[in-house]
Amino acid sequence: MSDDIYQQAILDHAKAAEDGGSVETPDASVTLDNPLCGDRVRIDVKMSGARIAALAHRVRGCALCQAAADVIRVRAVGQTVDGIAATAAELRAMLKDERLPPAGAWSDLGIFLPVRRHRSRHDCVLLPFAALGSALQQARASRG
Amino acid sequence: MSFDVAAVRALFPLLAQANGDAPLHYLDNGATSQIPQTVLDAVLSYETTSRANVLRGVHRLAEAATAAYAEARARMARFLNVDADEVIFTSGTTAAINLVAYAYGDLLKAGDEVVISLLEHHSNIVPWQLLRDRRGIVLKVLPVTDDGRLDLSTLDKIVTKRCRLIAVAHASNVTGAVSDVAAIVAAARAVGAKVLLDGAQRAPHGPIDVRALAVDFYALSGHKMFAPNGVGALWGRRALLDEMPPFLGGGEMIRTVTIERTIYADVPHKFEAGTPPIGQAIGLGTAAEWALGLDWPAISAHEMRLAQRLLDGLGRRIDTRILGPSGLQRRIPVVSFAVNGAHPHDVCQLLDTRGVALRGGHHCAQPLMDRFDLPGTVRASLALYNDDSDIDALLEGLDDAVRRLG
Repeated sequence: MSDDIYQQAILDHAKAAEDGGSVETPDASVTLDNPLCGDRVRIDVKMSGARIAALAHRVRGCALCQAAADVIRVRAVGQTVDGIAATAAELRAMLKDERLPPAGAWSDLGIFLPVRRHRSRHDCVLLPFAALGSALQQARASRG
Repeated sequence: MSFDVAAVRALFPLLAQANGDAPLHYLDNGATSQIPQTVLDAVLSYETTSRANVLRGVHRLAEAATAAYAEARARMARFLNVDADEVIFTSGTTAAINLVAYAYGDLLKAGDEVVISLLEHHSNIVPWQLLRDRRGIVLKVLPVTDDGRLDLSTLDKIVTKRCRLIAVAHASNVTGAVSDVAAIVAAARAVGAKVLLDGAQRAPHGPIDVRALAVDFYALSGHKMFAPNGVGALWGRRALLDEMPPFLGGGEMIRTVTIERTIYADVPHKFEAGTPPIGQAIGLGTAAEWALGLDWPAISAHEMRLAQRLLDGLGRRIDTRILGPSGLQRRIPVVSFAVNGAHPHDVCQLLDTRGVALRGGHHCAQPLMDRFDLPGTVRASLALYNDDSDIDALLEGLDDAVRRLG
């Protein structure tokens, strides 16, 4: 694994993030800012029971933030609220506690391993997951 | 040109060590400057030969520390062309502005107005918002021109008879624009208001004749002007400082304390509660004295020549937008820019791999970023020790970064 943050896999995801998709009548929409750099992520979700039925994002951010949002767009549909929370925790542990990347469907989060040694950039990767987590909480609350 | 940049670089240990396989092109001086050996020596000398508390002890070390601390204040005063007893050591510009917002703010009434601007650093915005919420003052904001300067065209409308203070940057930490202080002071005087200048970015570019500026408060930070961090200074007019209540209470700022009441010490000690950052203040005084001995006309010419080289290089790029004045008039060598399709943090990260240290982001000036509808910029902030190779490394690295991110 290259230790280069700007490896092709990340740049490809970042490029793909230019199209964040759209969700008609989302159950929740959350916008979060990174106070460090001013990056901004909006996540829209539509739920089907406990699972994500559709998801879209808008990112005004760096390549890492864009790439993380794109991984979410690719992987999150069909996932449960608890599953997303577990994945976000695994990603956080991978960056901050030197744990292994998530396995299974989310294994491509391993592309962010080189970010581990750049503490100031951890939040760039985590911001879209924080926005997604808040959106899922909001959707759950709105369902009562 | 009489200025010998190589000789100056040799005075800075961190710069002198960085070469060969690990070049360093340090262009983040607006965040923190490097520190010369002479300042390090002064701090080390205090810590190893006269470390003691100041103002109270009668033993030899305390006497030596007190004398060195007083000399640091005198040197800072010479740097600003003011009286030493009007110079208050703080932990930095942020603390200095908060001191004024609290203590001068205590003299204000609901409905009084304080004028700031859209290009201020958060440290010259948030303390006034806190004062607004605490005292019911009205906070008004000067706009910014398209080239990143204070827009003074509506100054006489914004500065009314209710205005008690105009608090603005002497020089912008983002656009590099130097404020038209004379116009601001004239507007303030016309209504009996005071003027505070945030000099954090101006101070690294030479001594400041605060008396000639005719302002009422001046704030600066040590770590941006070749001194240690954790120290800064506030200058204020004696009459104002006398009128203002203390900011923090504690030791070193009193004359007499009974359990019922306290009589405060005279300024500046009234505003220096607790043990001050003695070694840091000695370092700041030494940095000020060192700066006073330099040939600033030659240094300014050198800094501006480099700024022009950078502006020219960026100006040749069709994908780059400069946020700030395009020329060298009334500016410091701080240059911010945005690159189409390349986020500031990505640009800075890739340039770091070439040893080019820049700052990317909103630079603690989010209202200014909103004004220009940008999430952030890349900023190169130059100091006297930068040279052509630093600018060229930035420009070459930028080519490569954009290619990779494109």
